Amino acid sequence: MNGKGTRSAPRRGGRSHFLRRYNNFWGWLLITPVVTGLTLWVAFPLGLSLVTSFTRWDLITRPIFIGFKNYIDMFTSDALFWQAVVVTVYYTAAGVSLQVVVALGTALLLNARVKGMKLFRTLFYIPSLVPVIVSSALWMWIYNPQFGLFNILLTWIGLSPQKWVFGTQTVIPSLILMSIWGIGNVIIVFLAGLQDIPRELMEAVEIDGGNAFHRFRAIILPLMSPIILYNVVIGIINGFQTFTQPYIMTNGGPANASLFYVLHLYRQAFMFSKMGYASAMAWFVFIATAVISVFIFRTSVRWVFYQGEHRS
Amino acid sequence: MNGRRRPRPVSRTLVYAALAGFSLFCVFPLLWQIRSSLMTAREIFTLPPSLLPAVPQWNNYLELFRQVPFGRYFLNTLLIVVVNICGALLSNTVVAYAFARIRFVGRSIMYGLCLATLMLPQTVTMIPLFIEWKLLHGINTYAPLTVLAFFGNAFYIFLLHQFFKTIPTEFDEAAFMDGLNHLQVIRTIIAPMCKPALAVVAIFTFLASWNDFMGPFLYINDQSKFTLSLGMKYLISGYSVFGQWQILMAASVLIVLPVALLFFFMQRYFIRGLTMGGLKG
Repeated sequence: MNGKGTRSAPRRGGRSHFLRRYNNFWGWLLITPVVTGLTLWVAFPLGLSLVTSFTRWDLITRPIFIGFKNYIDMFTSDALFWQAVVVTVYYTAAGVSLQVVVALGTALLLNARVKGMKLFRTLFYIPSLVPVIVSSALWMWIYNPQFGLFNILLTWIGLSPQKWVFGTQTVIPSLILMSIWGIGNVIIVFLAGLQDIPRELMEAVEIDGGNAFHRFRAIILPLMSPIILYNVVIGIINGFQTFTQPYIMTNGGPANASLFYVLHLYRQAFMFSKMGYASAMAWFVFIATAVISVFIFRTSVRWVFYQGEHRS
Repeated sequence: MNGRRRPRPVSRTLVYAALAGFSLFCVFPLLWQIRSSLMTAREIFTLPPSLLPAVPQWNNYLELFRQVPFGRYFLNTLLIVVVNICGALLSNTVVAYAFARIRFVGRSIMYGLCLATLMLPQTVTMIPLFIEWKLLHGINTYAPLTVLAFFGNAFYIFLLHQFFKTIPTEFDEAAFMDGLNHLQVIRTIIAPMCKPALAVVAIFTFLASWNDFMGPFLYINDQSKFTLSLGMKYLISGYSVFGQWQILMAASVLIVLPVALLFFFMQRYFIRGLTMGGLKG
């Protein structure tokens, strides 16, 4: 991967053959944990899960091979499956876009040589340290229709109180708002990226008579695009796996309006003991995530700019 | 946004207003949490609500310990965290060293495979891992929550790899001349030089296992083995019904407090871990 800058034991004349074997031995010896880990905790589970997805299995009796039935049932006779897909895609698409925009916007403001930058940065980052189980409890309380902070504030300024996580229309936006609360880590990553942009580039735009918008369009966005790309992909992967917040706060309700994919999967596996069906669901989301990631990476060559690369 | 040459007071004000607004959004829920943890049950459900408790009810915190074995949960979590940190430091240092500083056959492929797991959704291995641990009789033990740390983690391997690459090779070449092997080089040269990076790994491992909910939730049933997040879950399912929000908020404050303290003392390492792990460039 990186030929340069890595070491091999010192080369001493005719002993290079010995050294190569020595390095092969030590290299593989030292990565044994990862090789074993990839086998035991990645490859084997993936295989087991794939095999399980073609069976009916309750973990008590023997598994029964049923071919593609789980997959067919999933697409044709489980209305809640599609509900879960819609909810999850809605949350992820809207959530990730908003998170990137807010995080980038906030990072830009922080990068505008403001006084107290470090204090702001700290304040923004603290919520992302809060365990998801605690933030779920906290936001349930904040969203409490009668005594919650938000409805109290709304009433104070004369607006009508909202249902928040208790309304079918408002539950997903409420969960997205809650996710915005925890994006401090993304802000910090973006800010670090902005601080790496050479001053000369910005000044070059100014000399050419460009304003803040030109700077953003011509310098900031291209140079930040790899970081944005990475955070979008990770955001999508995480969004598809959302479980704890809906499980704790709404249990999928009201009227399945927050029935997230993993929540549906969890119920199939651990409440109804349908391990085969749940495994098929897991493989579907796995493949979907992989396809979307590959698609984003493929199309990204058009908008992601890597330094040192020349494009016509 | 431009503060370099022509400071425009109006836009400056707007910048500060936006930053202050977002700060308020970030901090106020946490202050609300502390405020609610110090109120009486009656006070918390009074309309119109008061901003601050009339008399801070520190007793709520004692009440929490009276109702659930919170200290026990704390020790359980601490045990898991410590084992995870040891596992992460041992495994990731050795593996990242091999990837960064030994040239061996198959290195690029294995490093690539290892990094690819960064993109692997946990959802897909959740059920088979559960089945695996059931076959290994690991349900209701801490094994599923700790053993994996000893097999390395792609994120930390990447982080340490980036760090190890920057150390000039002269250092270990001299050591090889003295007849040290790779493990001895790690122990005597690389690890001492990379303490900040190792601190980052330790801190993020702490955060991940302290905050973990899914793991304990799937594998632990026995109340005496609960972690803080699992204890919190059972408090929520009981209290959000019976309305003891002040106790719930007290538990929240106590769970966040150690993390917040760690952050205030080691802020440097948090920022470094984030910016290095953010795959810049």
